[in-house]
Amino acid sequence: MEYLRAFLVGGAICALSQVLIDRTRLTPARILSSYVIIGLVLTALGLYQPLVDFGGAGATVPLFGFGYSMAKGVEAAVAQYGWTGAFTGGIAATAGGVAAAVGLSLVMSFFFQSRDPS
Amino acid sequence: MKLSRQEYQKLYEKASPPSPSYKNVLMAFVVGGLLCVLGQGFRTLYQKAGLSEQGVAAAVAISMVAVGVVLTALGIYDKIAKRAGAGTLVPITGFANSVASPALEFKTEGMVLGTCVRMFTIAGPVLVLGISASVLYGLILVALGG
Amino acid sequence: MSTVEFKNPVYVRSWAVCAGKKEGEGPLGDRFDVVCPDGRCGEKSWEKAEMKMVTTAWKTALQKAGMSPGDVGCALGGDLLNQCVSTSFGFRDSHIPFLGLYGACSTMAEGLLLGSSLVAGGIQDHVLCTASSHFCSAERQYRYPLAYGGQRPPTAQWTATACGAVVLSSGKSGIRVTRAKIGSIYDPGVTDASNMGAAMAQSAYETLSAYFRETGDAPADYDLIVTGDLASVGKQLVVDLFDADGVDMRPVYDDCGLMLFHSGQDVHAGASGCGCSAAVLGGYLLPALDKKLFRRVLFCGTGALLSPLTTSQGESIPGICHLVCLEAEA
Repeated sequence: MEYLRAFLVGGAICALSQVLIDRTRLTPARILSSYVIIGLVLTALGLYQPLVDFGGAGATVPLFGFGYSMAKGVEAAVAQYGWTGAFTGGIAATAGGVAAAVGLSLVMSFFFQSRDPS
Repeated sequence: MKLSRQEYQKLYEKASPPSPSYKNVLMAFVVGGLLCVLGQGFRTLYQKAGLSEQGVAAAVAISMVAVGVVLTALGIYDKIAKRAGAGTLVPITGFANSVASPALEFKTEGMVLGTCVRMFTIAGPVLVLGISASVLYGLILVALGG
Repeated sequence: MSTVEFKNPVYVRSWAVCAGKKEGEGPLGDRFDVVCPDGRCGEKSWEKAEMKMVTTAWKTALQKAGMSPGDVGCALGGDLLNQCVSTSFGFRDSHIPFLGLYGACSTMAEGLLLGSSLVAGGIQDHVLCTASSHFCSAERQYRYPLAYGGQRPPTAQWTATACGAVVLSSGKSGIRVTRAKIGSIYDPGVTDASNMGAAMAQSAYETLSAYFRETGDAPADYDLIVTGDLASVGKQLVVDLFDADGVDMRPVYDDCGLMLFHSGQDVHAGASGCGCSAAVLGGYLLPALDKKLFRRVLFCGTGALLSPLTTSQGESIPGICHLVCLEAEA
């Protein structure tokens, strides 16, 4: 059941994004960065948590989830460390994914090269 | 015939085929949904392994990123993305793809000046704006709490 | 009046095309002199591969003409990469006097036009013209890394991987360059870099209609009129613009961007790049003129004069179109 909910929530977010891309011709970089900010703002307003409770990975795997993690991280860090937490919380909460992307990409670049798609 | 820019725009918009929306949206839904199901699978796995709530979130992100980077390196991710569009762009695997693809592409300019310098050409704005927004939110919390 | 009539005869002595794998699988595939089995051509980078294709193309063209590099008065060539490196590196060991050109995708026509002027003006006896593009090197310079998962809109075009080379000469042969027209730049205000056909169509229309006005010719006086790489959107626009003038282009008009690939080759609106019109010229137009299947052909190279920088600064895309008239010698 939780898999079905993840499928539906995640699928719906991606489908909506596709409509946005086809209608507006926004570049991917603009869409992705606005998603992170939107996810963060929605979480701050308490609107995103219900979606995470319902959809699980369906809400955290799309890039809204990146903003969600940042917001949660900042909230916890500010509560624990005060003003320094405002600076450390966001990055700390998302460090896993970013570090994995950087490290693995570097390693992969040693062994693979881009391919001719034709 | 002389056309104004507005008249020309009307003419070329008529000649330009629109994106095949229904097909695109359906593909985005299915592929994006399946990637989230995979994420849910990792989540269940790590929860059963007894990781903390934060630990599970980090482990899921790391696993999904690994999937994205490996599929990119094998030249599979862009082939799926051609059909799936937002279905592969919006999940965190798309973030991994946007970091891994320049890393592979620009290795011809060397590890430092190619791979390392160019790694964030696409993903950079996500981090810059995301981090800045999180700091701002943190400072607002401090101001409200203090 | 900017249409040039070459009173002293200029002839096409030989030509050659070196193309990529996908182009080799297209409708003109078996007419190319060399088809690279993969995009890297055994080299370490896409740029090196393109340089190798340039070298292969001009060497093959000279070989077919029975000439050595020392016989060539000068070479004119260009490509899409920054500072035109594919072409200049493709010629760096040749010791042929060299001039680099930049006309975006109109480069083949620009080269023919300048080369013919040099020959007709009695300045050179033999001029070598080249134009090249490579899908992968263009993609990483203008758009995204190849492994990046992006989706192309249906108006996007596929940069051809090909280099064409043509030897122009004052000595008689089967094909003559009779006229040329240097195009002006027109910017109809298109800002979408995925819709370059729309950005270039106006310049093609302006060059062609001015040519008809200045020469008194009509489309029906030609067996075929081709534009360089307007693809499906741009081709439709040229037809529409001429329709508004009461001129029907349909019976004689086609676009190289729609001639290089089969419709099932997933290139969206069609092909583009300097190599597109160069490959169609060398793989189809010149052979047909040589066999007298065509009597007169208008070859119109179209170029979108943009760079990634101007696109990110929000500039619209200026287009240009140079025209060359090729005739089978009786």
